[in-house]
Amino acid sequence: MKRTAAALTALALALTGCSGGGDDSETIHVFAAASLTETFERIGADFEADRPGADVEFNFAGSSSLAAQIEQGAPADVFASASPVNMGSVVEAGYAEDPVTFARNRLVIAVPAGDPAGIASLSDLADPALRVAVCAAAVPCGAAAETALAEAGIELTPATYESDVKATLAKVTLGEVDAALVYRTDTLAADDEVEAVDFPEAAAAVNDYEAAALDGAGAPAAEFVAYLGSEAALAVLIDAGFEAPS
Amino acid sequence: MTLLDANLVVDRGAFRLDLPLHAAPGETVALLGPNGAGKTTALRALAGLEALGGGHVRLDGRDLDRPADRTWVPAERRRIGVVFQDYLLFPHLSALDNVAFGPRRRGARRADARAAAAAWLGRVGLEELAHRRPGRLSGGQAQRVALARALAVEPTLLLLDEPLAALDARTRLDTRAELHRHLAEHAGAAVLVTHDPIDALMLADRLIVVEDGRAVQTGDAEAITARPRTDYVARLVGLNLYRGRAAGHTVHLEGGRELTAADPLDGDAFAAFAPTAVALYRDRPDGSPRNTWHATVSGVHRHGDNLRVQLDGPLRAAADVTPASAAHLGLGPGQRVWAAVKATEIRVYPA
Amino acid sequence: MRAAPRRRRRVPAALLVPAIAGLAFLVLPLIGLLVRAPWSTMPQRLAEPEVLQALWLSLRTATAATAVCLVFGVPIAWLLARVDFPGRGLVRALVTVPLVLPPVVGGVALLLVFGRGGLIGSWMEDTFGIGLPFTTAGVVVAMAFVAMPFLVVSVEGALRGADERYEEAAATLGAGRWTAFTRVTLPLIAPGVAAGAVLSWARALGEFGATITFAGNFPGRTQTMPIAVYLALETDLEAAIVLSLILLAVSVVVLAGLRDRWTAAP
Repeated sequence: MKRTAAALTALALALTGCSGGGDDSETIHVFAAASLTETFERIGADFEADRPGADVEFNFAGSSSLAAQIEQGAPADVFASASPVNMGSVVEAGYAEDPVTFARNRLVIAVPAGDPAGIASLSDLADPALRVAVCAAAVPCGAAAETALAEAGIELTPATYESDVKATLAKVTLGEVDAALVYRTDTLAADDEVEAVDFPEAAAAVNDYEAAALDGAGAPAAEFVAYLGSEAALAVLIDAGFEAPS
Repeated sequence: MTLLDANLVVDRGAFRLDLPLHAAPGETVALLGPNGAGKTTALRALAGLEALGGGHVRLDGRDLDRPADRTWVPAERRRIGVVFQDYLLFPHLSALDNVAFGPRRRGARRADARAAAAAWLGRVGLEELAHRRPGRLSGGQAQRVALARALAVEPTLLLLDEPLAALDARTRLDTRAELHRHLAEHAGAAVLVTHDPIDALMLADRLIVVEDGRAVQTGDAEAITARPRTDYVARLVGLNLYRGRAAGHTVHLEGGRELTAADPLDGDAFAAFAPTAVALYRDRPDGSPRNTWHATVSGVHRHGDNLRVQLDGPLRAAADVTPASAAHLGLGPGQRVWAAVKATEIRVYPA
Repeated sequence: MRAAPRRRRRVPAALLVPAIAGLAFLVLPLIGLLVRAPWSTMPQRLAEPEVLQALWLSLRTATAATAVCLVFGVPIAWLLARVDFPGRGLVRALVTVPLVLPPVVGGVALLLVFGRGGLIGSWMEDTFGIGLPFTTAGVVVAMAFVAMPFLVVSVEGALRGADERYEEAAATLGAGRWTAFTRVTLPLIAPGVAAGAVLSWARALGEFGATITFAGNFPGRTQTMPIAVYLALETDLEAAIVLSLILLAVSVVVLAGLRDRWTAAP
């Protein structure tokens, strides 16, 4: 019995990869917004190729979750937020200073390929026969959608307030809604199943992406933040649908 | 008139039950046999809890199970009541609701079913325990509730599976007498399964001794106790039994010994005598009756007021002696003695 | 009053130590929540209509989902326990699929079946003009999907433990299989059914992934407590903690109340 218990414990430790912590100071831990997943993986690879010995590891999640993790002492070196609000909370808590804006993202109307409902403008969404998904106001894309709708003076009753932008877009991909308000970058990442419809009111709700090296992080972290402003990094971002910071 | 006419054939690999069974209205038939003889299987086949592989069950002129022409009436549509060995009273229902369960299922209204149940509980003398759950009944009380429950559906055939086996000796005596009364009052037929010869002899009008799936002996209590046909029955009724071939007054036993009997017979025969008929001597007895042999004592134990002596030797037998003569003989295991049985004490009957 | 036993049997350390460590592991996160809870502003937060709305929706949908689990789960359990059919082992494994499937994937799978373009959903939409996604009924469906295995596993276990011969006794008294089941078997396994229902209810109450994927998030219609907690977490950690504590408190009260009444051995 005791031997079994010991064996089970050893097994649990082995399976979870628990081991004594090793020092890996060469590694830059980047906590980045989920919407940056594809672009940051490319940028990270480019950065590593540029600087032999550098090793970038990412933790992608919602910006607010990441902010909460950092404020609870998670071992991060760089924070890249999809919203100034979350960055602001980290700065206010004293974990970072002087964030830089490295990209911007703009809302579009995502519709199924071919635009079967014939949606051409934001006001078209007010049609009660349409099923529309938007992000919940608590997440950045929802806040942006609220701003854009207010700017346009449109009252919209969506079918659902989704918890994040990927889930919102998935409702279009799955055919459950006729349209959704998401970021341009997300529609580009979604292959051919969805199309993006631009609308002018989006200009009022452009999202700034900010990055900062966190307090106590080494020089490589600062280098990575600086690299985000390079032409090479910007090219990758623009390729994915982001806009250059103004 | 025959109420129950059955030929129970069930095949189960190495075991085969093949048992003809008949019962008249008001008659109680006991299936008596050792454990594993197939008695319970026979009961389950009658109740419809197990399908026959062959043969038939016919009750009151109606086929209930006849595999040959695919006739099958499920248990819930047979008018057969069952008292199970461990009673299987529904633990979540009171005694009254247990008894009312059957009438309710047979279409009686709730109030009528409960009234009938109360009457049945009264007949088994348990009206004041009507609202007890089975968990708070004694063994004897539970047995009576189980009997009332089985009788409350007014079955044409009542089946009882070892109805007294779960009771202690004292309760058993009272319950047996009471059960006998209810069986006598029951208008339909009853089949009782037991491995206890006393239960069978006391409760049944007719016995069927079942061994290894077959009926080895049938008859009333008197016939079976007087003329056992298998070692099992002989042991049950306490007789020494031998099989052999009779020629006049001599029976040639299997194994070469001979016994001499008073009554002549020819052909295959059984020879039986009671342990009390065996006399034991330290020396070869004078006068030398025919049936005398030298034996070795293999065991001695109490049997009622007497001692029962197990004898080994050319003729294995049991002998009953008084404690006084046992002391006189100095009986103990290994002791050599002379045994004798009078010819008039030996019953010989055809095999 | 019964006198306490004079000598208690010693509890072996090999059991006691891991038991206490395990309990601490389960209880400490709860203490973490309690410590961080904003007790001073608690009354105002509790009175917010959105909170009560989400709580009421959660209680209603979890209860409805439990009813759905009972209606479909008990017969499944009966089939698995009492009927010997080919492929029974496979069916038993399939029943536990929702336990293994990440709930979000479960939600997507439900959309693929009951969604607007789904196998059954498209037919329902065309024929009756009704759709489950983004409706309260959709919440119930998602919850029932993830909670059903708990009920089936509990009830099947209870059925296997119950003596089948009581059903035979009922048959000899004139009860058909259905009557024997409802009048005899079901009362006998009632504690197992109750335990399964309680587990299902708890699982349904905490359901998040399948619900938000299949039914979306709309206050008052599909925004259950766990979804409200998740969204609150985006902006306001304290609000999320308050919501979680409310959910915990209500479920503990309900479960403790039911457990004593239903699942106590008779």
